[in-house]
Amino acid sequence: MSEFLQQLVNGITWGSVYALIALGYTMVYGILRLINFAHGDVYMLGAFIGLYASRWFRAGENPNPFKALLVLLTSMVLSALIGMIIERLAYKPVRKSPRLSALITAIGVSLLLENGGVLLFGASPRFFPQIVAQENIPLGLGVTISNQQLIVIAVSFALMVALRWLVLHTKVGKAMQAVSHNHMAAALMGISVDRIITFTFMVGSALAAAAGVLVALQTPKIEPYMGILPGLKAFVAAVLGGIGNIPGAVVGGLIMGIAEVMVTGYLSPTYRDAIAFVLLIVILLVRPAGIFGKAVAEKV
Amino acid sequence: MKLRHGLLFTAALGAVLFAAGCAGSKDELVIGEYGSLTGGDATFGLSTKLGVEVAMAELLTSKQGKIGGLPVRVVVEDDQGQAAEAATAVQKLINQDNVIAVIGEVASSRSLAAAPICQSNAVPMISPSSTNPKVTQVGDFIFRMCFLDDFQGRSVAQFATQNLGLKRIAILKDVKSDYSVGLTEYFSAALKEMGGTVVVEQAYTAGDQDFSAQLTAIKAKNPEAIYIPGYYTEAGLIGRKARELGINVPLLGSDGWESAQLLEIGGDALNGAYYTNHWALDMPEPKLQAFLKTVREKTSGTDPDAIAGLAYDAANVLFGCLEKLAADDPATFKALASSKAGTPERKTATTKLRDLIAQTKDYAGVTGTITLDANRNASKPLVVLEIKGGKKVFNTSINP
Repeated sequence: MSEFLQQLVNGITWGSVYALIALGYTMVYGILRLINFAHGDVYMLGAFIGLYASRWFRAGENPNPFKALLVLLTSMVLSALIGMIIERLAYKPVRKSPRLSALITAIGVSLLLENGGVLLFGASPRFFPQIVAQENIPLGLGVTISNQQLIVIAVSFALMVALRWLVLHTKVGKAMQAVSHNHMAAALMGISVDRIITFTFMVGSALAAAAGVLVALQTPKIEPYMGILPGLKAFVAAVLGGIGNIPGAVVGGLIMGIAEVMVTGYLSPTYRDAIAFVLLIVILLVRPAGIFGKAVAEKV
Repeated sequence: MKLRHGLLFTAALGAVLFAAGCAGSKDELVIGEYGSLTGGDATFGLSTKLGVEVAMAELLTSKQGKIGGLPVRVVVEDDQGQAAEAATAVQKLINQDNVIAVIGEVASSRSLAAAPICQSNAVPMISPSSTNPKVTQVGDFIFRMCFLDDFQGRSVAQFATQNLGLKRIAILKDVKSDYSVGLTEYFSAALKEMGGTVVVEQAYTAGDQDFSAQLTAIKAKNPEAIYIPGYYTEAGLIGRKARELGINVPLLGSDGWESAQLLEIGGDALNGAYYTNHWALDMPEPKLQAFLKTVREKTSGTDPDAIAGLAYDAANVLFGCLEKLAADDPATFKALASSKAGTPERKTATTKLRDLIAQTKDYAGVTGTITLDANRNASKPLVVLEIKGGKKVFNTSINP
């Protein structure tokens, strides 16, 4: 029993990271109907910016929560700017083109970021300093959670709640909803569609960067290709929950994380990467719109 | 006009090719080296390169970098830590760079990918530090400078049961690594023989980020120690994760842990861990201490790891054999340098070189005395290192 509960804690930790990345996919898809394949690489950049920020702030020597927060925020802000630049330079010029052009552009940006990362940071893995001193907190029933895992879960959920508040209760959030329904109508209502799209990219990139730093906190190995697999899996998580749906991305991410950990713990680690795609196939067969998605009839 | 340009171009190309051909036929001894200069276990390749560089630098000061009057040149190829790339790298070394012998690899899976190519081209390959028995079984052109995994796995079992008094041991292995899978087999068999039990066997794949699921499953079985035969990056990450999950039993490792980065990755989590290695830096051996001094001067104070020491020994054994060939059989030696890859003259010459390497006996290296047996393996004592207060300290040594 305690083993199962411990696996559940591990799964939720890993799943909340997927959820954070999946949010970016889902938001961009909701607004642009574009699958931003470069999103996983923004997550990688977030981790690297976090690495350099923690060196800059000397967060590895006598770690304290304030410095750690500073590292997280620096990474989120700079990644948001990178997200803005990517949107402006790569996606905006092809926005009026067929959807396939945008998709291929996204793959191109992804390759550019990965190989640019190799050029900039080197192909060998780098190691994230311990910016939070590790401590174990017993939860009873033989289950322990480390303060790092707790931080990952807490920060992820705080960001998700903040995002929900942003989308539902602020002016810019309402504008985002309007744009996701209809660009033209939103523009006629006086909403600057371009700015809302850019803003969405910035928020999504900031969340991915947060995921990057949170993962690096726990598993300190970071390298330029680290975003490919988590990016793909988070995309599957977004589809699982219903792409374009924010609570769906969170639930999809958690399911994905828990499923991976359970498969590794009870079956075999070789199935770890396979389970994501098994889930994808199952959901596409059973409920193609995703758990929370509404099936929309395609107008022909 | 256009035609004239075309002719000019062809003529220029011809001239360049001719010049290149001339440059290639200048007599020299080209030695190939392949290793992971980048990737998840990059210190393996970089340390091997360092060891060979030190040997080259010494050859340069003692003999102007020449053996038998011919200059020696080392060509290094990066295999990015991937078996498929290792095969490509060795192909290139043999066919394009025209090497007479190859030094590499550290990881057994990559040595196993490259060895058949060296064997079929009759180019001697010396692996400084691949410990899996299968490596030298590929053929009679494949040699190694280190001990084997059957001995290494047995030694860990012996150390755990006799020196530490631990019987219930869990294993966490890399399923895709020949090295890790091999060690797991030898260790399990030896442990059972010595009255211990493997309580649980879990697996990971190199490059994995998260080990919490496997370690939680291990924790549930309450082992007295965890054996992690694998490479340093994963060992460090696993060590940290284990402590995070409240697992405080000793961790046992293998010579794949030997890297300066091990402690950088694992940090305090690895204190109290033990691993088997080819040397301990605090051993008083004069040859080892002299090598340490040279490397510290070259790298401004950084200590080499045993991987560098083994590569240094491999290069020196090879240089010694070339010297001997030049002295004993100048005709073959000359043919070795002047012939092209794939020609019968080259094959006769490399076979002579191979025979000389196979005769290596009582060579005093920095990693111990090297004598190659009939299976082209070195039999050497092994050292158990303990990680104590962020330092690797000699604990005991075990003889084969």
